[in-house]
Amino acid sequence: MNLSPFTEEHDLLRKAVADWVDTEIAPNLAEWEEQGDFPDDVFRRAGELGFLGLAFPESAGGQGGDYWAQVVFLEEVGRVSQAIAMVLSVQTDMATPPILEFGTDAQVDRWLKPALRGELIGAIGITEPDTGSDVASIRTRAVRDGDEWVLNGSKMYITNGARAHFVTMVVRTGDVEEGNPWSGISMFIVDTGLPGFEVSQRLEKSGMKLSDTALIYMDDMRLPADSLLGVEREGFKQIMWELQGERLGVSVFGVAGARAVLAEAVRYAREREAFGRPIGEFQAVSHRLAEMATEVEAVQALVHECCDLWNRGVYATELVAMAKLAVGRLSNEVADEAVQTFGGAGLVEGSFISREWLGMRIGRIGGGSDEVQLQILARIMGIG
Amino acid sequence: MSGLEPLFREEHESYREAARTFVANEIAPHAERWEEARDFPRELFAKVGSAGFFGAKFAEEWGGTGPDYAAEAVWIEELSKGLTHGTASDLGAHSQLAALYLDRFGNDDQKERYLRPSIEGRLVGALAVTESGAGSDVDGIRTRARRDGDEWAIDGSKVFITNGSWSDYVVVAARTSDDPGHANITLFIVEGDTPGLERNRMRMIAWQTSHTGELFFDDVRVPDGNRVGKVGSGFGHLMANFQWERLMMSLGAVALAELSLEMAITYARERSAFGRPIVRFQVWQHRFADLAVRIRTGKALTYQALRHHIAVEEGTAVPREQLVRLTSMAKLYTQRLAWRVADECVQVHGGAGALKEYPAQRLWRDARVGPIGGGTDDIMRNVIAGTMGLGAV
Repeated sequence: MNLSPFTEEHDLLRKAVADWVDTEIAPNLAEWEEQGDFPDDVFRRAGELGFLGLAFPESAGGQGGDYWAQVVFLEEVGRVSQAIAMVLSVQTDMATPPILEFGTDAQVDRWLKPALRGELIGAIGITEPDTGSDVASIRTRAVRDGDEWVLNGSKMYITNGARAHFVTMVVRTGDVEEGNPWSGISMFIVDTGLPGFEVSQRLEKSGMKLSDTALIYMDDMRLPADSLLGVEREGFKQIMWELQGERLGVSVFGVAGARAVLAEAVRYAREREAFGRPIGEFQAVSHRLAEMATEVEAVQALVHECCDLWNRGVYATELVAMAKLAVGRLSNEVADEAVQTFGGAGLVEGSFISREWLGMRIGRIGGGSDEVQLQILARIMGIG
Repeated sequence: MSGLEPLFREEHESYREAARTFVANEIAPHAERWEEARDFPRELFAKVGSAGFFGAKFAEEWGGTGPDYAAEAVWIEELSKGLTHGTASDLGAHSQLAALYLDRFGNDDQKERYLRPSIEGRLVGALAVTESGAGSDVDGIRTRARRDGDEWAIDGSKVFITNGSWSDYVVVAARTSDDPGHANITLFIVEGDTPGLERNRMRMIAWQTSHTGELFFDDVRVPDGNRVGKVGSGFGHLMANFQWERLMMSLGAVALAELSLEMAITYARERSAFGRPIVRFQVWQHRFADLAVRIRTGKALTYQALRHHIAVEEGTAVPREQLVRLTSMAKLYTQRLAWRVADECVQVHGGAGALKEYPAQRLWRDARVGPIGGGTDDIMRNVIAGTMGLGAV
């Protein structure tokens, strides 16, 4: 019985990613968070090192690995920062997979290949100021005009939104047909260099401060016909497909983050003394951390089962929703217990624990809130 | 090859089918009657035995069909859906505890006399460790065995012994030395009709069909040939097998949780309030979905622990600490979970949740044993904390 899903090749990859993360990412995180920004060069370096296309086929500019290679990448990045994991995962698990899945060869050459090299930065555009989880209610609209599409509307909470070269976006291109509330939606690759695209606001957030989360605005933007991604009016189905990989990706780096935060709390509990002994020797503290470790192992097992299905090509909607929900809750719970273990030191700005505690709160909201996952599951169970 | 190695193969699916059919025919239809009578017929052991369901984890040499621990897990999962957990506990104490100890630590003579007939279901076994003054704290047991020529004389008492009031034999842990350290406990096979052994059946609020017993030993004479393993080896044997027992409990708890959730949803579909079935209320939909996630998570953890057990049995080098850690985690996670799901199942039943005619209250009572038996939740937390380099004061 083989106990690890990873092969020796994956272990070597893990070492390579860990080296990059520990030398080029981790030492800068405090500064980047403080500045509310990070250099584009992170994408270029990741691309150079071959980390942005690990599970993409070589024909599309990827490394041709399996999904476990992507899992390795997300776990190693998630270990040091949920924020940097999020911006990279937007690139690798959200903005680009739909281009491979639904795009033409020309779109693959124009957008996907440079994105996997880290030369182009992508974002995913779903949420709007007035609609988030309820995707069918989006109002951003594209109207066909000869060879072009005219795009008007706005998208909210767009990670990488201020720096993206393209946004993989869901847009309304027709009215809702009777009996099909998901109709009339299409997907586009929106070139942010075209006139009419504007970053209205870089949003100031409580957590994941290094990432540029933006409100973007499209005003009579004229998109060439080949901006349409996939089939016209099939956009809802396409974005639902995208969301599975997105949710699994955030689950993978989320559980890695929870594990890292817990390890840090355990380390601290063994060092910090109070009342004449390390606080980890108090049974109450040790039991709380044992509980957290149990939750981490359990959710890790669930996430890896889900990755296994995904890797074998199973479109595991139920397990993905379960993993997303379980990880969002787990990381919040573990991070909060870590803050408690650290005491005052857990509230110092710029520390690993306080930073991740702030960032992890986004996990229960982004990519479909806890409530949306529960509703999806209820529907799958035949009760919703 | 990358990826998770599947636990179950095709032959396990047909084994599952056979186990399901057996439980559906021989156990589930009688559950209500047995529970009402707080008893089940002793012939069930022979039926299970002749159908081969005691044999999966034992070698053919002794009448088994294995060892195949994945098949054993399948049997436990299906048995736990038979709606009578006291019955499942008696069958489990016989096979997962008594018989397994003999298989692991007994000599050929003991295996011939006790293991083979146990696998066939002709003899019923129990394991006696817990005492009124020592449960999770195994070191604290006071029942004592004194060497006297070719015999051992046992004095003391045991409590909460599953199958203990009616078993044909009991594997008893007794103190054979007062030296410090762990080499002071030895296991003995004591036949049920040995003079000096008195047994009572205990009245419990859970596992009511189980023959949970209180045992009193007054100069009970056991031949040295019934000593299991070396003198002083008992503590090690107990610690080794605790892991398997806890894993089996985890599999059972997940199955009980699945059953409770299913039962709760069925009721919520049928029962209406405020003009619609209560399953139409979003709070119940989300609560059910939430429980489903936790059950699936607990199952993933339990299966991960099972993978480790199978790897160990196959001879793969697995650090003992990793096995103990994962197994303790699975037990901790799943026992509380099963009780919690069963509690929500009672809740959705409203007043009917307290009625004896509905099995909801029984699952709820039965699930309450989980966080206590086989090492309490707090013991699991101690063990897990220990593997993290955290002490306990």
